[in-house]
Amino acid sequence: MDTIFTRGPSLNIRLILALVMSVALIIADTRFDMFQSSRVYMNSLMSPLQYLANLPSVLLNVSAQRLTSHEDLVDENQRLTNQVLLMSERMQRFDVLQAENDQLRALLDTPSKPGMRKKVSELMAVETSPFSQQIVLNKGALDDVYLSQSVLDDRGIVGQVSEVGTTNSRVILITDVTHAVPVRSVRNNIRFIASGTGSLDELLLEHVPHSVDVEVGDMLVTSGLGHVFPEGYPVAQVSKVTRDESRPFAIVVAKPVARLDRLRYLLLLWPEGTDDPQEIDAVTEDEASVEDAN
Amino acid sequence: MLKVRHYSVIISILIALVLQIIPLPIQVDIYRPDWVLIVLSYWTMALPHRVNVGVAFMTGIAMDILLGTALGIHSIALSLSVYTLTANYQRLRNYSVWQQAIIIGVISALYHVVLFWVQHLLTGIPFQLSYLWPVVSSMLLWPWIFWLLRKARRQFSIN
Repeated sequence: MDTIFTRGPSLNIRLILALVMSVALIIADTRFDMFQSSRVYMNSLMSPLQYLANLPSVLLNVSAQRLTSHEDLVDENQRLTNQVLLMSERMQRFDVLQAENDQLRALLDTPSKPGMRKKVSELMAVETSPFSQQIVLNKGALDDVYLSQSVLDDRGIVGQVSEVGTTNSRVILITDVTHAVPVRSVRNNIRFIASGTGSLDELLLEHVPHSVDVEVGDMLVTSGLGHVFPEGYPVAQVSKVTRDESRPFAIVVAKPVARLDRLRYLLLLWPEGTDDPQEIDAVTEDEASVEDAN
Repeated sequence: MLKVRHYSVIISILIALVLQIIPLPIQVDIYRPDWVLIVLSYWTMALPHRVNVGVAFMTGIAMDILLGTALGIHSIALSLSVYTLTANYQRLRNYSVWQQAIIIGVISALYHVVLFWVQHLLTGIPFQLSYLWPVVSSMLLWPWIFWLLRKARRQFSIN
């Protein structure tokens, strides 16, 4: 074994090569987006490792399901039945309101808002380093997932699809430092841009003048501007307003309504018109695909 | 046995990659040790003619794909850390395991500072001291990984 005299190019040359190649890759990736299409293949190549990493939590879930006690199941069933009852009561009112809204819109000659196709997907991996906040879903190009598609949980907007693989896709959360979402306040329709701060429970509203009427507790929903997120889904609630006149803008902090730290099942949205009327997907054991009837 | 002997370095790196991305509760996640860096460090010190900057670069690309960061970020940090180790492997081999643990801590700090620095240039994130928790957990993990991998290396007589 000869370790004193290295073979091949010397160590320094190897380092310089590696650094130059890395810098070239970073520039090509971030400035010119040159790997947009090849990322799909790279992700698919690496997905066995992701499935492997996900195995312990899947096994834990399966065994937890097997070992659930009878009382727990009865309790859960009771709770869900109550919830369905409440929901269907609201649904009855919703149908009437929807019809009324359509008629009013017809009177005003504005197009009525079409419904959305939805699909439930499951969380595969979470990558929330302070630098980038992303999650991986178990639906990909095979399920018609597309780039910058909106992703929701049961409370509000979670993020948008940033990379699509064959069987999984990567979602950038609204709290990522490089992400911003156009919102409006429900109370008075003032528009804001809510950008991520890198911490899971904070969004920052940017460039808000001191005179703007914004208060703690204001609900912010997507404004539909920017054509990424559909209009009217809840995003965040204003949690802190600091009006310091020595600063050019007021500091407005909002808390996302989606529970970004405990995501499990997520909803993917397809705006209507981009697809033909879809069949209702077969409901399998652990995932349910929902089709909206509107 | 022949197969394990030939592929053991790659297999150990793959296991480290899986451990690096395995989902953890968010409270524990900030203490996650740098599995990949530790395993690479061991092989760099043990077999510097086989595992050095080239392997570190490839592993870094794999990490970038798995973590969804821009390609090249982890490969820069890993290449630099492994280069430092390869350049000094003869000295480092003579240290005791605890002295090596301190060196691993320094290398891990370098790794995280480089990672932060590159990402700061790209996205402008502010620095928080909690980014450096993995340095401590990596130091604590090093003796065990060292012992485990050395046992594996002797068992399969890898060189």
